[in-house]
Amino acid sequence: MNIDSIQNGVVIDHITAGNGMRLYQLLGLDSLDVSVAIIKNVVSRKMGKKDIIKIDADIPVDFQVIGYVDPGATLNIIRDGQLVSKQAVEMPDRLVGVIRCYNPRCITSTEQELKQIFKLTDREKRVYRCIYCETAAK
Amino acid sequence: MRSVIDILDLSTEELESLMATALDIVARPDDYADACRRKKLATLFFEPSTRTRMSFEAAMYELGGHVISMSSAASSSAAKGESVADTAKVVSCYADIIAIRHPKEGAALVAAENADVPVINAGDGGHCHPTQTLADLLTIRREKGSFEGLTVGLCGDLKFGRTVHSLINALSRYRDVRFVLISPEELKVPSYVKRDVLKKQGIPYQQTTSLEDAIPELDILYMTRVQRERFFNEEDYLRLKDSYILTPDKLRRAKADMSILHPLPRVNEISVAIDADPRACYFKQVLNGKYMRMALILMLLKEAGTI
Repeated sequence: MNIDSIQNGVVIDHITAGNGMRLYQLLGLDSLDVSVAIIKNVVSRKMGKKDIIKIDADIPVDFQVIGYVDPGATLNIIRDGQLVSKQAVEMPDRLVGVIRCYNPRCITSTEQELKQIFKLTDREKRVYRCIYCETAAK
Repeated sequence: MRSVIDILDLSTEELESLMATALDIVARPDDYADACRRKKLATLFFEPSTRTRMSFEAAMYELGGHVISMSSAASSSAAKGESVADTAKVVSCYADIIAIRHPKEGAALVAAENADVPVINAGDGGHCHPTQTLADLLTIRREKGSFEGLTVGLCGDLKFGRTVHSLINALSRYRDVRFVLISPEELKVPSYVKRDVLKKQGIPYQQTTSLEDAIPELDILYMTRVQRERFFNEEDYLRLKDSYILTPDKLRRAKADMSILHPLPRVNEISVAIDADPRACYFKQVLNGKYMRMALILMLLKEAGTI
């Protein structure tokens, strides 16, 4: 399968196989008017299988979203067809405006203008809790 | 601006300091009679709670301060759709300190993030109720002299009972405390409390469904009410509400110096016949709550530089 290499843009690599679509949705890539390729189940020496997202535009990418969905992923920035930076993404300590609290008793369920903020409470188990009601994110 | 939303916002040293202040207030109330002179506490109670509200009001009056409040949530600006954030900003202009109770979890944190004065959480839904825990701690301290080496039985609704989770958090800081968790299967302590607090710190606990079996070994018995407002389903509430009732008969097997605590109000989970028993401490707990709220108001106003 051939996917053209990009001249200026972003490649999110080493995404755990199966996480590509979720990342695509949470990053809001569906609303962009640029070429985006989601490549699923690519053979990888290191991971066995992986997903890759290629975005054919030099846009800012929300690190916290990638770190939340897949802390093992890498973010590659391409300019003039050359790799100019390659960064491993870490789990963020806080998530702002990425996911919603589903607890109907939480203040964020009635006061919609409040920012949805989650904090990392268990790095090992990757548990994020709403800062208001402390409900764990699903 | 320092606020107290969760019992975890207070260090062990601060808990000790608050208890020391409260005991000093008990011993020398006149010394505190003007401590908050011309200062104002705003009580924002968005859900009914006569007892907690009166406790805060009595606390501020005994410190020589004033209290301003809204008559009820139904007549407040919230009923017109004002956000908690806006209410907190507005009330900050009138008061030196705010005590807020709200049915939604996290509302007190929203108020604290937006107020320009200290905020005390007087209960945010089923989430936190730190001043109740302060009342519980002072009661145990006064009855037992120390927290160390105690076997503490928690009975009733341990799933939704916020006072229970806060008390576990607070007592877990002291040495050799052991918990006996007594509840029906449906109302057991949530697994995250066991995992994040008890197991993480290696605190011994056992779970049982039998109050009779557990009672002989307890130094403290903390009873709780199965609360109608925490259930979405009336059937579940009716089925579980009478699960654990403390009667003189059950109390016969308890230690002679066991202390019985209850955050009140009770419905029927402690028989009225027990009120005369010297082990019943729940009305003393109410009084201790007022002293701890006085100590907390003093601490926060001092830190804010208001007094």
